[in-house]
Amino acid sequence: MASAAEKQPTGLRFFLYGFVILWLILAAFPFLWTLWGSFKVELDFFSKADWTNALSGARTVAEYGTAFTGTGYEGAWVQEEFWKAAINTAIVCFFVVCTSLTIGTLGGYALSRSGFRYTFWLLILALIFRALPPTTLVSGYLLPFFEWNLWGILPTTIIVLVAINQPFTLWMLHSFFQKIPKDLDESAMVDGCTRFQAFRHVIIPVMWPGVITTGLFSFLLAYNDFAVTAMLLSKENQTMVPKIASFLGTTQTEGNVMFAVASVVSATAPLFVLVMIFQRQIVSGLTAGAVKG
Amino acid sequence: MIKKLILASGLALAATASAHAACDISSGRVSIVGNEFPAIQTIGKGAMSCAGNGVEVKANLTADHQKINVAGMSGNPAEYTSAIVANSSIVALMNDDLIRPLDDYVAKFGDGLKKNQLITVDGKVMAVAFMANAQHLVYRKDVLEKAGLGVPKTYEDMLAAAKTIRDKGILQNPVGGAYKAGWNLAQEFNNMYIGYGGEFFKSGTAEVTINNEQGVAALNMMKSLSEYMNPDYLTHDSNATSAEWKAGNVGLMNMWGSRVGPLRETEGSSQEVVDNTAISAPMTVGGGAVPATTLWWDGWTVSKNISDEDAEATFKALKAAIDPSILNNETTPQAVWLIDGYEPTDAAKGVFAAASMGTKPYPMRPFQGLLHSALGAELADFMQGKESAEKTLADVEAAYSAAAKEKGYLK
Amino acid sequence: MKHRTFFWFFLPTALAMMLFIALPIVSVVTQSLHTAHDQVIIEVENCGPFGCEKETSVDTAATESLRREQPLGKWVGTDIYFDRGHLATSEVADAWTKSQSMDEFLSTIINLPFYRAMSFTLTYTFVVTPMLIILGFMIAVSVNALNQRLKGLVIFFSLLPMIVTPLIGSLILFWMIDSRGVIGSALQWLAGDPDLSLKASTGLTWIMLMVYGVWHAAPFAFVVFYAGLQTLPQDTLESAMIDGATRWQRIRFVVIPHIMPLVTFVALIQLMDNFRVFEPIIGFNAEAHATSLSWIIYNDLGGETRLLSSAAATSVLTIIGVAILLSPVLVRTWRDFNRKA
Repeated sequence: MASAAEKQPTGLRFFLYGFVILWLILAAFPFLWTLWGSFKVELDFFSKADWTNALSGARTVAEYGTAFTGTGYEGAWVQEEFWKAAINTAIVCFFVVCTSLTIGTLGGYALSRSGFRYTFWLLILALIFRALPPTTLVSGYLLPFFEWNLWGILPTTIIVLVAINQPFTLWMLHSFFQKIPKDLDESAMVDGCTRFQAFRHVIIPVMWPGVITTGLFSFLLAYNDFAVTAMLLSKENQTMVPKIASFLGTTQTEGNVMFAVASVVSATAPLFVLVMIFQRQIVSGLTAGAVKG
Repeated sequence: MIKKLILASGLALAATASAHAACDISSGRVSIVGNEFPAIQTIGKGAMSCAGNGVEVKANLTADHQKINVAGMSGNPAEYTSAIVANSSIVALMNDDLIRPLDDYVAKFGDGLKKNQLITVDGKVMAVAFMANAQHLVYRKDVLEKAGLGVPKTYEDMLAAAKTIRDKGILQNPVGGAYKAGWNLAQEFNNMYIGYGGEFFKSGTAEVTINNEQGVAALNMMKSLSEYMNPDYLTHDSNATSAEWKAGNVGLMNMWGSRVGPLRETEGSSQEVVDNTAISAPMTVGGGAVPATTLWWDGWTVSKNISDEDAEATFKALKAAIDPSILNNETTPQAVWLIDGYEPTDAAKGVFAAASMGTKPYPMRPFQGLLHSALGAELADFMQGKESAEKTLADVEAAYSAAAKEKGYLK
Repeated sequence: MKHRTFFWFFLPTALAMMLFIALPIVSVVTQSLHTAHDQVIIEVENCGPFGCEKETSVDTAATESLRREQPLGKWVGTDIYFDRGHLATSEVADAWTKSQSMDEFLSTIINLPFYRAMSFTLTYTFVVTPMLIILGFMIAVSVNALNQRLKGLVIFFSLLPMIVTPLIGSLILFWMIDSRGVIGSALQWLAGDPDLSLKASTGLTWIMLMVYGVWHAAPFAFVVFYAGLQTLPQDTLESAMIDGATRWQRIRFVVIPHIMPLVTFVALIQLMDNFRVFEPIIGFNAEAHATSLSWIIYNDLGGETRLLSSAAATSVLTIIGVAILLSPVLVRTWRDFNRKA
């Protein structure tokens, strides 16, 4: 930071801090508002009378005697068994990320090391695959899945999410592998390794930053997905996001809306932890990958 | 002794216990798909209580039921042995020939089902209805009193009342309604069009005929009403409209009978609103005798592509689920039940009035859904003043015709 | 790499994509070329809780044999692509001959579902994509200049808009922008207009959706750009300073060229995602004012009677749209690829 190129005049400094603070308010405000509001009753949080109720919790006080109540959380986690959905989400995310990265690294590595024309067309094809709206894909799956008894279970959803996310994963990993010098694995092969051995012993040890970044994006996709999970999972196997949506439903029953709000906050919490842990890797991974268009 | 205790300990438990006794299923698989509102949850629970002793019962009650039921009943054997449907959604299952006639089952195991619960198509029983619903007037007694008005009987009365209420400064936007662009808005048009005596199709064909005097009148009435609504009305579904009501911002609205119960709970509302929420018969419009609303039923079906054993188990489980014994203090207000022994609550008054006034049921036509979607997509243009009523109706007809051609109803 | 080795390395991912994306695409294309068989409509008597009525019904037995012979339906070629719900060629031609002025022609066209959706989708795509790239870049540059200890926290908060599920995020925002919600009230106060409602006017709804789009996607651009800034060659930067380059010139001639490949990548992904804009329209209940191709698909599949062929045709049109949209970027990539090869 001490390098001459980074020294800033005071005016610029103020401007920078001002801009960052403004952005942070914009970025975090809705979430902080939700966090605060999740401890209120519905009438306060979605106050039609006066929005300041959401801050003071006038009706919450009237109902519970204090301005904060954990009813939303209790209802969601205990009564509606949100923890089951949380476990399902954990299973789905874990397997999606692992599978996605395993087959993605193999494919991405191959794409980056083969100089033939078809690799370009494969990448383009992958991009075109990504263009199909998920709604269409999912409605196409329904009939065969029901017929073959694959509907409603977690493994099906995991494989579908992996497949849908492959194009993005391939693109990211491909560009990442291109940044790893070819000499590395080629010299290993001169020494008598097979291609796979070279990949295993030489490439795997140096590929982690890029893989972790890609993994985080896969994770986010699996974690946040609604289109696939809502349609392909049965009630008992639901993950968090469709579960939250089902709290709202077509006819909103009193109180359930606050379950949804509390679950939204709960669902975001683990992501915070993850981002905090992997923050360095996200950035360094992308750096090393320096994704190229 | 223990059994007695359990029976005494709660009505809900009593219901389950006796429902279980009524199942009488020896084997088979029951798997139900349906919507997720409270009354259907009750049915789902009732069927679930038949599980055990080699009988497997599952219920997937979700808002997306219409997206998965056709696919889920198409396989052989089908994943779902039963779908819970309404008069609008049963046609999708019949069009694809996915549900079986229930006459034999009704004859053998249908003791206690009332004749009016049986939905027959061409003489064959295709579904068993368990609840009814309709949109009707909900009003605030205190607001009407303050404005010195009687209860509106027609939409013209409602408009006049809205004007008085606004002019007197009692409420700024006194009229509420589920006018959200899409299904809701289209449904309001259907109501109004029926009220004006319009016919949707040329008799016996799939040719749409709504671009006429009645269609224009219906649209104009909707537009006039919308001027007394919250300016965001095109984003308000029945949830948002109910919330407006509870917040005390609305004095008159056309609302689903099934939504009236929650409007009378103080949670999320003020005592003033709760005490003054009253319901009345659906309104007529344009001097017509038929109310500007539609009647609905919800009922269950049995899949075609399943073994006879599973079909029998499904029929018995669902029959047990709508046994009169399921009715208790908690479940009775959930719906206007068509079940024997149902004592109408005060909230059911509107739906009964609708039925007795000769209200038309929502048509069970194979292509009505296509028209409904076309209306939902096109009407918002008129409501926003972007085009004339005639142009909008012409657009609806064109959109419907394209869809009907694709589905093979029109050549 | 040998073809054989490549094949084995690439097989698992290819298999996954073949089964779950390529096959569905084939079936979608097939579906879009077929419609349901002509239905035989009969009059029957229906009875229910509310009495009996004569009603039309489908005679499924009559078309049964036809269905069995041609399970895909009736072959119609590209008819669906050109009907009113899609490209509407005859309606457009008709409007062209009948319209007195260009304005009239355009307003007739915009009234057709496909073109209405396109007008919003394209505006959205071309406003949101550059804006989010610029915003993401500005945030990245600013955060990069911050004190080391602050960075972690700032990155973490900056990611929030991307992390919160759009469907749920927009539900909360939908309330906040209500005319009685916190943002809605703030805007009314700012504009000095107590009747201002973001949800009631088409123009404001569009702006709202676009602001949401930028807000939601800016963190993605930010993360990518911020990573790129970490590899900025310090010596180039310093030599530029010695040459007397101003701060702005350094950004213009050193930083921007350095992260250009990243800009291409973000543009590629975001153009595609924005072209398929869907969730905010549902989340904000904005159907009355704004539709998109993805929304049309959702609407076709969500009705009481599902329009499979229509949804399939719209999906194919979406893919073609994306291909056209990305073609400049793809051509560039092709050139890069050839240069390397």
